[in-house]
Amino acid sequence: MLGEKVLMKGNEAIGEAAIRAGCQLYFAYPITPQSELPQYLARRMPEEGRVFLQAESEIAAINMVYGAAGTGARVMTSSSSPGISLKQEGISYIAGAELPCVIVNIVRGGPGLGGIQPAQSDYFQATKGGGHGDYRLIVLAPASVQEMVDLTILAFDLADQYRNPVMILGDGVLGQMMEPVEFKDFEPVKIPKPWATTGRKGREKNIINSLYLDPTKLEEHNWHLQAKYREIAEKEVRYDTYRSEDAEVLVVAYGITARIARTAVDMARAQGIAAGLLRPITLFPFPTEAIAQAAEGAKALLTVELSAGQMVEDVRLAVNGKRPVYFYGRTGGMMPTPEEICREIVKVAGKEVAE
Amino acid sequence: MKQEFIIAGFGGQGVLLLGQMLAYAGMLEGKQVSWMPSYGPEMRGGTANCTVVISDEEIGSPVVSQPSCVIALNLPSLDKFEPMVKPGGLLLINSSLVDREPRRDDIKAVALPATEIASELGNIRVTNMVALGALVQLTGIASFSTLEEVLKKVLPEHRHSLIPLNLQAIQRGAQEVKA
Repeated sequence: MLGEKVLMKGNEAIGEAAIRAGCQLYFAYPITPQSELPQYLARRMPEEGRVFLQAESEIAAINMVYGAAGTGARVMTSSSSPGISLKQEGISYIAGAELPCVIVNIVRGGPGLGGIQPAQSDYFQATKGGGHGDYRLIVLAPASVQEMVDLTILAFDLADQYRNPVMILGDGVLGQMMEPVEFKDFEPVKIPKPWATTGRKGREKNIINSLYLDPTKLEEHNWHLQAKYREIAEKEVRYDTYRSEDAEVLVVAYGITARIARTAVDMARAQGIAAGLLRPITLFPFPTEAIAQAAEGAKALLTVELSAGQMVEDVRLAVNGKRPVYFYGRTGGMMPTPEEICREIVKVAGKEVAE
Repeated sequence: MKQEFIIAGFGGQGVLLLGQMLAYAGMLEGKQVSWMPSYGPEMRGGTANCTVVISDEEIGSPVVSQPSCVIALNLPSLDKFEPMVKPGGLLLINSSLVDREPRRDDIKAVALPATEIASELGNIRVTNMVALGALVQLTGIASFSTLEEVLKKVLPEHRHSLIPLNLQAIQRGAQEVKA
């Protein structure tokens, strides 16, 4: 498969990328629309002599991740929205104990059991906490099947580097769609893990824990975590732009929505509207600076999401009142067409761009 | 150059595989491709469809509201997707299972008795390949030698004995729509 283009589903591509990245253990419980991922790894992990385990529940799976990550192995779990909600307690513990792991959320419509069609309505949950306590996940938002490969590999590296859980936030379409992907030859980054519980063998004992009963110690731990999140925010912001240099209406969208918005930008340009696109690739850390700068040159911004409006709050914080920020969203598993987004761009241009 | 296809029919008619083969063929010929299935709570006998985009340039939206070509393998698919075909586009209808005429007169509609042809070939399950052959003949989207290569890739090794039958179905479909 090396160097050759193959047609793969997004879910399968994540699975193969995890194997290439050196994922040793994968714990999961099936749920649409991500079930092709456990299905793929059920076959591939044993072939590679690694662990595939279908847990009895999502809660069990995330706690298996917690345990296995403590040994320093590269570990992953995956689910879709309702299953990710079940994992939140475990994710908070893992963040508190500073363990590296990769969590894949192939988002479907909510709330509750919701539906099985694509959505981006877990943005708040992914970027603002989800579980209890002051913690952050690194959140990566792929927009193509190739990027699902590249960001999965990056996710394992970032997790190890920062001792932090990393979430891949996809959606039902990205999970289900097929596109050509290429797996490049590479050596997984090996980061020493002196903190791992690998058997004491005479060294000082390593303790993995998120319990600090002494509030002075817990505050200290929290400041340490916050310093780490600030470092991540300084170093790890990633985003992409398309025709944004002279854009008067700047569309901000991530994931599959950014793909549709990109086509809409071309349509708007064909109608003589200077539209452009800024696509956050990291949702935490959020490309606040980049959006603030791009907003300087624009007349207005339009955020498009498969939600009732979540990321738009971060866009507004970035723009800080300097430009109007409009929002267009579809929810419940409905997808906007490029024509639909183009109409919104035209509307915003009509209000905010002088003839 | 960009072509957008919606392929629709009953679950079990092989519409997803048809679309995958189309995408694979485009990829092997150096194009950008995307394949997106409908994934409802579907089952054999229900309806299924997929969207394929084949383009010389990077593909933006894999979601398509005005396909340049629709294959409707059954009546519900015709009812649903006929109105969406881009003016001047192509509508390929499985006339074996659809007993109504197309309603649009601003598109090219082609009737193809795909299920009957497949049945003549001895296996109704190659209906999708008959349709694929006709589609490739009508659009020139890929070469027939590429389709043979694609069959080797998408069919698992133990199904390779079925390649000649599938190729025959593709050829019959193509012949049927040759002007």
